[in-house]
Amino acid sequence: MRVELRGITKRFGSLTANDQISLTVEPGQIHCLLGENGAGKSTLMNVLFGLLHPDEGEILIDGLPVSFANSGDAVRQGIGMVHQHFMLVPVFTVAENVVLGFEPTKSFDRLDRKKADEDIREASRRFGLQVDPDAVVEDLPVGIQQRVEILKALNHDAQLLILDEPTAVLTPQEIDSLIEIMRSLKAAGKSILFISHKLREVRDVSDVITVIRQGRVVGTAQPSDSEAELASLMVGRDVMLTVEKQESAAGPARLEIRDLVVRDDRGVPVVDGVTLDVRAGEILALAGVQGNGQTELVEALAGVRPVESGSITLDGQDITNASPRRVLDAGLGHVPEDRHRDGLVLSMSVADNLVLNTPRHVPFAYHGTRRRAEIRRNAVERIRDFDIRTESPEAAVSSLSGGNQQKVILARELSRPIKVLVAAQPTRGLDVGSIEYVHRQIVKQRHDGQGVLIVSSELDEVLALGDRIAVMHHGKITGVVPPTTSREVIGLLMTGVSIEEATNA
Amino acid sequence: MPSVPRWLRRVISSPILLTFLAITLGLVVGSFVIILTTAPVLDAWRSLFHSWGGPGHAIKTTFDYVGAAYRDMFTGAVIDPNSLWHSITTGQSWTSTLTPLSETLTYATPLTIASIGVGITFQTGLFNIGANGQAIIGGIAGVAVGSSLHLPTIILLPITLLAGVLGGVLTGALPGLLKSFTGAHEVIVTLMFNYVANLILLFTLLSTPLQQPGQGNDISRNLLPGALLSPLFGTASGLRVNWGVFIAAGVVVVAWWFLERSSLGFEFRVSGANPHAARVSGINPRKITILAFLISGGLAGLAGITEVAGTTHFIDGGFLVGSAGIGFTAITVSLLGRNRPVGIMWGALLFAALGVGGRSMQASTGIPLDLATVIQYSIVLFIATPVMVQEIFRIRSRATSGLQLASQGWNT
Repeated sequence: MRVELRGITKRFGSLTANDQISLTVEPGQIHCLLGENGAGKSTLMNVLFGLLHPDEGEILIDGLPVSFANSGDAVRQGIGMVHQHFMLVPVFTVAENVVLGFEPTKSFDRLDRKKADEDIREASRRFGLQVDPDAVVEDLPVGIQQRVEILKALNHDAQLLILDEPTAVLTPQEIDSLIEIMRSLKAAGKSILFISHKLREVRDVSDVITVIRQGRVVGTAQPSDSEAELASLMVGRDVMLTVEKQESAAGPARLEIRDLVVRDDRGVPVVDGVTLDVRAGEILALAGVQGNGQTELVEALAGVRPVESGSITLDGQDITNASPRRVLDAGLGHVPEDRHRDGLVLSMSVADNLVLNTPRHVPFAYHGTRRRAEIRRNAVERIRDFDIRTESPEAAVSSLSGGNQQKVILARELSRPIKVLVAAQPTRGLDVGSIEYVHRQIVKQRHDGQGVLIVSSELDEVLALGDRIAVMHHGKITGVVPPTTSREVIGLLMTGVSIEEATNA
Repeated sequence: MPSVPRWLRRVISSPILLTFLAITLGLVVGSFVIILTTAPVLDAWRSLFHSWGGPGHAIKTTFDYVGAAYRDMFTGAVIDPNSLWHSITTGQSWTSTLTPLSETLTYATPLTIASIGVGITFQTGLFNIGANGQAIIGGIAGVAVGSSLHLPTIILLPITLLAGVLGGVLTGALPGLLKSFTGAHEVIVTLMFNYVANLILLFTLLSTPLQQPGQGNDISRNLLPGALLSPLFGTASGLRVNWGVFIAAGVVVVAWWFLERSSLGFEFRVSGANPHAARVSGINPRKITILAFLISGGLAGLAGITEVAGTTHFIDGGFLVGSAGIGFTAITVSLLGRNRPVGIMWGALLFAALGVGGRSMQASTGIPLDLATVIQYSIVLFIATPVMVQEIFRIRSRATSGLQLASQGWNT
């Protein structure tokens, strides 16, 4: 099936998300759509999948113009989409999920389980997607759940598969097997539209690369082009992919975590005996696939999740189970993982968000009265020093771009007298320019002698920033390694392989 | 809208304009109710089918009746221009000229205080549905002090009011503590405590020394003269508006300062806008929940005792029951005022005016008072659905925040 987009334009109010975008996916081709977050990739895919209606332009399938009133129309035309967030019913089995909506039935409208199972085994075999049809989806690892999504699309007889940022949640090993699957689908004549902003895997698997920036197609690239070339095309200028930093001059431990056990909301001990030291003047990067206890570890450090056992010491001060207020005042800077949920009050102004965790501190308040002149002066300075792009200090934080919102949080945390900075997923969802900026600020903290703990599921970030890399799997630290360690070894540690086996492999 | 000047864009996207448009729509809905329920208007339209007279007569009749109803409502709630002119030129009958305004202010006084209390919990992301019960307990406590201690006004009035506040504080503390320490949902607890308060009221009036001596009915003793909020223009003036107006005005100012200028008020608003971020930022949610309910309950109690000391001077079994249940109206008024003290003050004045004017309209045109209620709640409906109003008037706006907090999610 040959799918062609011609002059697609989609506007949201005054914002043009897609501006005259044209591209063609040939049968049996893996076509990559490369662009930064916010470049308009997802909008374009939602147009193609019938979830949004283009303001201009048309979609042609095998040369004939089609129009989709909804995603059902797109599915009937042979387009399948695997969303970034899976659309599976967790308590159903694989087979039930795959046939959902198109169930094979026996007499009296009863579900034909046998036929469903067979269909799946058949599809699994044909495309190399090993899945047990009887397994319950919530028990499966994320990588396998993704296969279920792909099977579901194939079961609806998709000829073109849209994969929206499919590697964001996967381990390096899972990424490798996804790439295998993509190749076998291609061999079976399916076309794939692959959305990503990760240069390495894009070069690895694509036949053609279309780069979009600010809603426009800015160029077509070949997988043989270098990462630097792709990056500058994507960002519109030359980008520094590595972080410049001097030799680490690590001092004494600033943050000591000893045998820490923390339970999640369901009562499962997701941090299970973690011992770590963050030393002054070093960056300790905590790597690991999301959902291995990093989130809960950071919450325990910040004082918002109770510690079951073990201890946390910040510069000699015991902050185990201390209140968030005490932790903040003891000198812990905290960049939360989910900045919209935990880091900002979106409806409030930039100025108010800059004093969110110091509302009663000198000079921002005097005997319980807020000093608005000081709060404003502080905001003007922070906006200048951290290059926060905002209409004014009074503008609501929700009106800022993701990168600038993160700068507000960084500005707030780094202007307090802190001893240790804990930053969880500090560059998630940011554009390359902002990532560079955030990284420079983090390295500057290290240079100034603070201890820094970075939690990231981006291996590139971990390798670029970390002076030491701790890898977390299932609540335990599987190893602490130097940044010169190969990606393969770190990838194995992320899957729970012991450090001895990983280095011998 | 690139050609529209900036100031105009700001005006048409402002919440004030939206509120104004919602009021307009409420009046439009009200006029349809008048058309559909007033016999002469319906007859005029029906006659179109029987005779060859053009629609002119029917339209004229409609406008006559709707116009008369709204005119009576206005003159009954604010001021009658003819009567004002008469008073100015002759210097006579000022009492009847000013009575509508006086009545509106009298009703708005406790309503403003109670609504600001409710608004403060809304701004904190909490729901106080129990303002009525808190006001009742405040009223009882105030009567207990103000009817029994023979002290000079300068001492008795303040401690009577203080007793009312304390009654409300104690009643409000209960849901606050239960929510903080056991997680009991404040909506359920406050809502149910209204019934408890009603029964405590009946018990007090029938089985305690607070009952009017020599009475078998559910009526309390009168407040001592020293415990009363006296009429602004003296008892002889016949105007009921009393010094409670200044208490309400003071509450507006202090609440505005508290929410907009104080550190604690900032913490309240942060907790309301994003409880997760509040917690991470070191704000203790338990403390905020308890304090918000203490303040809200205290204001409800103050509203209750202001009503007693300023208007009724005693309490009976019908105190704050039914349409007089200011604690329930307060929820709506707070919504109308977007949970902000100054907005709430205007909302309370509007609600009081519609109620007072509606009564006057009923007396002179025979259109039932319920019309005023229809208009009141149509306005609130339109306020609560800004998108609908924007669609009807075809304006685009970003100014919908804050309100949605109150009109959406009860358990987020």
